[in-house]
Amino acid sequence: MNPFSSGTRLRDMIRAIRASKTAAEERAVVRKECAAIRAAINENDQDYRHRNLAKLMFIHMLGYPTHFGQMECLKLIASPGFPEKRIGYLGLMLLLDERQEVLMLVTNSLKQDLNHTNQYIVGLALCALGNICSAEMARDLAPEVERLLQFRDPNIRKKAALCSIRIIKKVPDLAENFINSATALLREKHHGVLITGVQLCTDLCKISPEALEHVRKKCTDVLVRTLRDLANSPYSPEYDIAGITDPFLHIRLLKLLRVLGEGDADASDSMNDILAQVATKTESNKVAGNAILYECVQTIMSIEDNGGLRVLAINSLGRFLSNRDNNIRYVALNMLMKAVTADGQAVQRHRATILECVKDSDASIRKRALELVYVLVNETNVKPLAKELIDYLEVSENDFRGDLTAKICSIVSKFSPEKIWYIDQMLKVLSEAGNYVKDEVWHALIVVITNATELHGYTVRALYRAFQTSAEQESLVRVTVWCIGEYGDLLVNNVGMLDIEDPITVTESDAVDVLEIAIKRHESDLTTKAMALVALLKFSSRFPSCSERIKEIIVQFKGNLMLELQQRAIEFNSILAKHQNIRSTLVERMPVLDEATFIGRKAGSLPGAASTTTMPSVGIPNGEAKPAAPLIDLLDLSSDDAPAPSSSGGDLLHDLLGVDLSPAPQQSGAGQPSKSGTDVLLDLLSVGSPAQSSSSTVDILSSNTNGKSPVSPLDDISSLSLSSRANSNAGAAPMMDLLDGFGPSPSKENNGPVYPSITAYESSSLRLTFSFSKQPGNPETTNIQATFTNLSSTVYTDFVFQAAVPKFLQLHLDPASSNTLPAAGNGSVTQSLKVTNSQHGKKNLVMRIRIAYKLNGKDTLEEGQINNFPREL
Amino acid sequence: MIHFVLLISRQGKVRLTKWYSPYSQKERSKVIRELSSEILSRGPKLCNFVEWRGFKVVYKRYASLYFCICNDQDDNELETLSIIHHYVETLDRYFGSVCELDLIFNFHKAYFILDEILLAGEMQETSKRTTLRLIAAQEELLEAAKEEASSLSSIIAQATK
Repeated sequence: MNPFSSGTRLRDMIRAIRASKTAAEERAVVRKECAAIRAAINENDQDYRHRNLAKLMFIHMLGYPTHFGQMECLKLIASPGFPEKRIGYLGLMLLLDERQEVLMLVTNSLKQDLNHTNQYIVGLALCALGNICSAEMARDLAPEVERLLQFRDPNIRKKAALCSIRIIKKVPDLAENFINSATALLREKHHGVLITGVQLCTDLCKISPEALEHVRKKCTDVLVRTLRDLANSPYSPEYDIAGITDPFLHIRLLKLLRVLGEGDADASDSMNDILAQVATKTESNKVAGNAILYECVQTIMSIEDNGGLRVLAINSLGRFLSNRDNNIRYVALNMLMKAVTADGQAVQRHRATILECVKDSDASIRKRALELVYVLVNETNVKPLAKELIDYLEVSENDFRGDLTAKICSIVSKFSPEKIWYIDQMLKVLSEAGNYVKDEVWHALIVVITNATELHGYTVRALYRAFQTSAEQESLVRVTVWCIGEYGDLLVNNVGMLDIEDPITVTESDAVDVLEIAIKRHESDLTTKAMALVALLKFSSRFPSCSERIKEIIVQFKGNLMLELQQRAIEFNSILAKHQNIRSTLVERMPVLDEATFIGRKAGSLPGAASTTTMPSVGIPNGEAKPAAPLIDLLDLSSDDAPAPSSSGGDLLHDLLGVDLSPAPQQSGAGQPSKSGTDVLLDLLSVGSPAQSSSSTVDILSSNTNGKSPVSPLDDISSLSLSSRANSNAGAAPMMDLLDGFGPSPSKENNGPVYPSITAYESSSLRLTFSFSKQPGNPETTNIQATFTNLSSTVYTDFVFQAAVPKFLQLHLDPASSNTLPAAGNGSVTQSLKVTNSQHGKKNLVMRIRIAYKLNGKDTLEEGQINNFPREL
Repeated sequence: MIHFVLLISRQGKVRLTKWYSPYSQKERSKVIRELSSEILSRGPKLCNFVEWRGFKVVYKRYASLYFCICNDQDDNELETLSIIHHYVETLDRYFGSVCELDLIFNFHKAYFILDEILLAGEMQETSKRTTLRLIAAQEELLEAAKEEASSLSSIIAQATK
């Protein structure tokens, strides 16, 4: 016999492990034991196999790897005796999970054991099957389990019922095989069989509508009777918990009744009486009683409406909420959440109590209460509720602030009665917890500020004040910096003073101080600093007197290690030094940002699900929805003819404003106004959220990859600098750029599988076809070659193609081969697109397109949506 | 549905883990780490529910042990608390005022009892008496097998004398 395995018993090993004083000592003991077990395994030791497996399980629980013991489980299961099988199945359930290949090997043993003459061995097999079976095993063994539902011993029937739940969850097609035997279980008297039968029926009804219909028709009355008998049953010591007979069965019955009553008036009707009885008669001073009440209220709220019952339910909720036990209060909040849709008014009555729960010391309760307050807010109560929440923000714990600010911001923007109130509240939130708000929040705030023309002066002054006290809040700093850049003159000259404001005197140099603090703040991140640089430039043009000082600040960043800042500083410096005459036009105030588009984008999964102009202007009532058109125009102006980078004022403007600093995928070629106005908007807004392009740089990128325009050395330098920012999405583009500058463009890569071309869009005047290719090894990315054909007899000029995709896609457009489309199919325009599908295999491609061109000098616009992409793209 | 059951000692040592949903070994240890730090740090007066990754973990402390059950979001938390209590009472009856040491040295028995109460993440048996009766019957089978083995070996011993 093996010298190691002769030794320790399980108990001794556990003692030795517990006696270890240090982790290292424990490891040593475990190592020694594992070595012994491995040796025993290698020798195929029979006698101590089950003891070794028991040891392994203990070692496994301590967190050590024990995969080498998996085969031992199978061997034990295959051995004839009950003791070996018992420990073998236990090990199987503990050491393996359903995803392991090894598990397939056990299917045969399971099948044999399910047919064993010893019912306890059948029980073991059912238990293992129910706990870890995979879909394949479910298919193989379903007939055995189905048969066991009629086994003579109830303890096997109940196990088989639960096992069936696992099987139909894994393979829903099998559900209908179980309907009849499952409903038969509902008539059983044995509690174990009954409760498992009820659970099986509940899951069947959830999975198969056919089963739901059947159970509803055949069994509702039986279930109601069973529940009544149970509720009225005399004391039975075997099932009694706190004076209630089998609360577990109560709850499962109520749950199944809920499934049956939902959406069916007749079934709901037949259970009204018993629900009323349970709701009124159940003792509510113990956990078990409350659990039943809780379940009962849920059922009442979900089944078809019965006024009287609902009142009863809401009253129990009120009692729950005033309970002193935290568990009960938590559950009450949970239930009120569900009751809101059924009876909002009744829930509003408890508002004060719920608001108190937001401030509870228990994180779970706080979270529930906050969710609930969030759904309770409406136009009439938003002001007091927001005030309460913001006041609480000051004293709340740090790890709760993220959730809390997100909810406050959302409430405030959704229900704010007027802009000034919105701005005030947001300023409070930013000054209190500006470090916790998400980027969208301050982006949205800036959009609202630009739209509130008459409040510009007020806002910038308020921000200036807030900055004096809360300069440590990053997002407050950003908004302040942006507003001073835009509206600095209003700040210094006290323009648009409102009556409610206290007078304030801010000199030009005070304003520059703010910017200087922001840019030199140690904690300021790249975005903030870059925004501050832009603001400085803008400010210098409004107040030439500060020019010198601003120039000094900017010059300090010429050597900054951050490429973005360095580049900005150098470019801005040259504007200040050499281009005084164009400076003021370069840095004019931003046009008003379009709220509707921004909201649409924020909400939008599918951009253009509604066209931008028809997007409802949610939120601020006095904000007018501006058509997105002017913005697109702006873009068209600057980029239509794909100018060389940095040569025209328009591009420079983009450069100045596009603070796209996040390492975002550079996707849309700005050579085309490739995405709809929303992107441009964000560019102007200078937000660093991913999925947008900082325009001029991408110009270089796209023209280079295309290899169509001559590449100057200057471009190379810029694309070099780009490579630090471009990421995997742009693929190897920057590297290829460099090569492009010197040699012919690399030959097209070997394309992956072939996909059929589609006619993506066709109208009386125009046809668009897409052909697809994929790079091997990169299934997410699809290269699309778009070909446009003119079906009319007139030439189209100024031809522009735009496309938009939902968020899970990323789109890169290369420039078109031409912007003139010859008449009558005498040639075509081609353009290549690259789409990356982050949900590859789950969602199909989808795209909105817009094609603009001039027909005899007249603007024409065609739009459409493409849904017929091949599935596997 | 119950996704898993954990028993964790106050020192963060794992005493029992039972998984009804597929979690890889790596995920399992991550789950245990995350939850034990979250649950052990909660004060005594707080509610017994923790929201975690879209699930709800119901826990209750008995002496030095935390019993944790991870549920679906819409399951009845109060019932889960009762299930924990039911399990603890069954253990208590089996061991006769159970303590942590019982569960350490007889961890496999704790598993066997749990397997008679829960299966496939659902409630299997609500009667403690039935559960204990089934456990006892299976232990008799073990004893019988042991006796048979020993009598067999004594026969062999006699035969080879």
